[in-house]
Amino acid sequence: MTQAEVPVGSQVYTEHHTTHKAWKWYDYFTFNIDHKVIGIQYLVTTFIFYLIGGLMAVAMRTELATPDPDFLDPNLYNAFLTNHGTIMIFMWIVPASIGGFGNYLVPLMIGARDMAFPKLNALAFWMVPPAGLLLMGSFFFGGAQAGWTSYPPLSEITANTAQSMWILSLVLAGTSSILGSVNFVVTLVKMRVPSQKWDQLPLFCWAIFATSILALVSTPVLAVGLGLLLFDINFGTAFFKPEAGGQVVMYQHLFWFYSHPAVYLMILPIFGIMSEVIPVHARKPIFGYKAIAYSSLAICLVGLFVWVHHMFTSGTPPWMRLFFTISTLIVAVPTGVKIFSWVATLWGGKIRYTSAMLFAIGLLIMFVLGGLSGVTLGTAPVDIHVHDTYYVVAHFHYVLFGGSVFGIYAGIYHWFPKMTGRMMNETLGRIHFALTLIGANLTFLPMHELGLKGMPRRVAMYDPQFAHINVICTIGAFILAFSTVPFIINAIWSWRYGKKAGGNPWNALTLEWTTDSPPIIENWEVLPVVTHGPYDYGMNGHSANGNGYGEAIPPEPSATR
Amino acid sequence: MKQIPISLLTLVAGVVITLISIWVGQNHGLLPEQASEQAPLVDNLFNTMMIIATALFLVVEGALVAFMIMFRKREGDETDGEPIEGNLPLEAFWTAIPAIIVIGLGVYSVAVFQEMGGLNPGDHAVMAHGSPSTLVAQMPEGEPIAGDVMPLMAESEGTSSDEVRPYYGFGSPDQDQIKPADLVVNVTGMQYAWLFNYPGDNITTGELHVPVGRDVQLNLSAQDVIHSFWVPQFRLKQDAIPGLKTELRFVATKPGTYPVVCTELCGAYHGGMRSQVVVHPQEEFDQWLDENRVVAEQPVDSTVATNPADMSAIEFLAPVSQAMGIPTDALTHLHVAHDS
Ligand code: HEM
Ligand SMILES: [Cu+2]
Ligand SMILES: [Cu+2]
Repeated sequence: MTQAEVPVGSQVYTEHHTTHKAWKWYDYFTFNIDHKVIGIQYLVTTFIFYLIGGLMAVAMRTELATPDPDFLDPNLYNAFLTNHGTIMIFMWIVPASIGGFGNYLVPLMIGARDMAFPKLNALAFWMVPPAGLLLMGSFFFGGAQAGWTSYPPLSEITANTAQSMWILSLVLAGTSSILGSVNFVVTLVKMRVPSQKWDQLPLFCWAIFATSILALVSTPVLAVGLGLLLFDINFGTAFFKPEAGGQVVMYQHLFWFYSHPAVYLMILPIFGIMSEVIPVHARKPIFGYKAIAYSSLAICLVGLFVWVHHMFTSGTPPWMRLFFTISTLIVAVPTGVKIFSWVATLWGGKIRYTSAMLFAIGLLIMFVLGGLSGVTLGTAPVDIHVHDTYYVVAHFHYVLFGGSVFGIYAGIYHWFPKMTGRMMNETLGRIHFALTLIGANLTFLPMHELGLKGMPRRVAMYDPQFAHINVICTIGAFILAFSTVPFIINAIWSWRYGKKAGGNPWNALTLEWTTDSPPIIENWEVLPVVTHGPYDYGMNGHSANGNGYGEAIPPEPSATR
Repeated sequence: MKQIPISLLTLVAGVVITLISIWVGQNHGLLPEQASEQAPLVDNLFNTMMIIATALFLVVEGALVAFMIMFRKREGDETDGEPIEGNLPLEAFWTAIPAIIVIGLGVYSVAVFQEMGGLNPGDHAVMAHGSPSTLVAQMPEGEPIAGDVMPLMAESEGTSSDEVRPYYGFGSPDQDQIKPADLVVNVTGMQYAWLFNYPGDNITTGELHVPVGRDVQLNLSAQDVIHSFWVPQFRLKQDAIPGLKTELRFVATKPGTYPVVCTELCGAYHGGMRSQVVVHPQEEFDQWLDENRVVAEQPVDSTVATNPADMSAIEFLAPVSQAMGIPTDALTHLHVAHDS
């Protein structure tokens, strides 16, 4: 029986509930249809991919410590480069933030017992491991080498088998993301507890809503582009083969029509996480709830019309260069609104420097810089100078590493007690944070200069004049690699031996904190009733000595149907 | 935060931030030297954004750090902060300010783009039916006439009249009075080298030579995969795309030798696809032309796309050595950092 068919009400619910309350460890290795299990499956799987992608990055940085290709064979370098980018985007950030946090949190935040289509949900998850395995397996065939963008004709003439595996892997990941998105949209529209109005929806849910719509619009286009590429490689078609009349630039349009919005697919859920973490640990209502919710939608809408800024130096007519300069610059406005709102949320707060909060603030620090360099890249004249250089590498790592990885860590420190029932160790968390912040800046800040001065990206060998700056970047990368050690120790140790968390260790107001930690199967004995907004800190007498948020508020008889 | 706090302190902070930002915008030293007419335009835009970015950075990160310190939880205080949910004037303010900045930057960058010649690539007559007489006739007055060193370009087979005019790239900055370039060079990108062909003179080299102060037009094409032609000191870049013609037009402003970099991933040795552009004073350039004009007549486009994955470390230069049939010493200048 799908969740949608379960009448929402305590009587019906308790009947089939009493048998078991929590999942066993082996449930996590099966085709489980509980959204919480699936969420954790996503988080753990994608984190493993993150480590693999990170190892590739470290190998690349080791290669780049010297100007000559003396550590990795140049073909292997390109294979690492391609798979690093692909894994980080398609196997880590997107599935971790949407699949992992989205699945775990959305039903809990809207008072539902599960997602609308639990089996579809499990199916979507089980597409991710094979997608990753396809990528890994491609190394036996030389590894796809054309970069995560895989522009033809290069992608059509190098390592064809590996390239086909790369395409199939992305199509799997894309299918998974489409299935997931349908599920989120239906869940958010249909499954909220009746007492929850749209303007009482936690901002994370708004973000997932916007993201899902964006994924539904853009992902099919990527599938088309990749499908045509697959045909060109394997079945002798010539969509992108210039010598047979194909259009090389057409691929770029198809690819970026998806992959620019994909950038927002990555960052919007993280923005959602930020909007949950900051108010709780600053003990303040989020500043500008509506502005944050609507700016997500605005970013999605405008974000669909900026893709050509990746193609300013390509076969792009002048009017397009100008149109897309303007539209790209416009995206800075709603993004700025979000940043200002979070900073303003801190004003007058009582900030707790928990690890979750530290990572959230770290994200703000990094993202401001990444956003500012993004504006410079949005203008065609400057972009033409620095396109495909290390300036761009610096920019997108500030946004993606700073923006996404910091956000995911913030989310993990914040919801770990909910997911496992145990607190994480704060000292290890701080060490983890310090190493990550230092490492990330040391790695990526000097890259701005590299790019502006003339170092192209995606190179295994470079002009010796850039050697010194590259050494600094490589040291930073080693620090970053090391920074995961305290985190992994912390996660594993705390999961088993950490301090017991209780239902609501942070005294938070959103619904997921009204049930046990970890939540029982089907989430609540009795469904909660929303009596206040998700961020009413310091309001309605809630603030008394930091208590008063924790209990599940029993439903009034009239509220149950 | 009932109102935007305006006090002497914020005034002073504002002045200090402004001064710092302006200083940073002028002195960041991040850009390489300027060697084309386009370079100062791009740099001014970049520096302007650098000023704005520094100011925003200082304000936002400054506020962030200040709030982190001011509003940290004190020992034993378990209460919540005062519930402030929004402030319409403030929100309107911080939506309006970025919007204005962004519109300003948009207008500015369109102007720069136009001045760089981005708006009318391929609109000039020389591509379609260039003739030596127009070329010479269009030479700026008072300049040494280059007619004697670039004779009869159009008579050579390369620039025949039915050539498609490119619509992509950078053209003449001069919109109303579209004039042909002083020197046309055909540039071919291939794994992993650039070949420069001077159509009128039948010169083919592995590095680009241009006279200073002259309007140079590069017609870019690619043989195998996409390459991208970049001279950091010129601030110009344009992809060379198989099946499409693109162009880049510039006036070099400073004699010297600058790197030519390929910035589009074109295979395993993409990083080794480096060459250089030598900007000569006019007489030196004429001399260079004279020395190189004695060349064999051999077509360049005999190479095919290859799969670098199948190549050994030495073989990757194969297409280049094929092209080396051309007896010019220029190919020895090919800068490929790889020779293991
Ligand atoms: C763990 C620390 C990381 C390090 C040291 C690192 C390092 C690198 C390096 C050296 C490159 C090659 C740059 C080039 O030549 O173009 C690269 C590319 C890339 N990285 Fe990372 N990276 C890290 C994390 C991430 C994360 C978290 C993401 C998240 C999305 C990411 C996304 C990418 C992408 C998309 C590319 C471009 C790949 C391509 O051009 O095909 N990286 N990274
Ligand atoms: Cu190239
Ligand atoms: Cu290249």
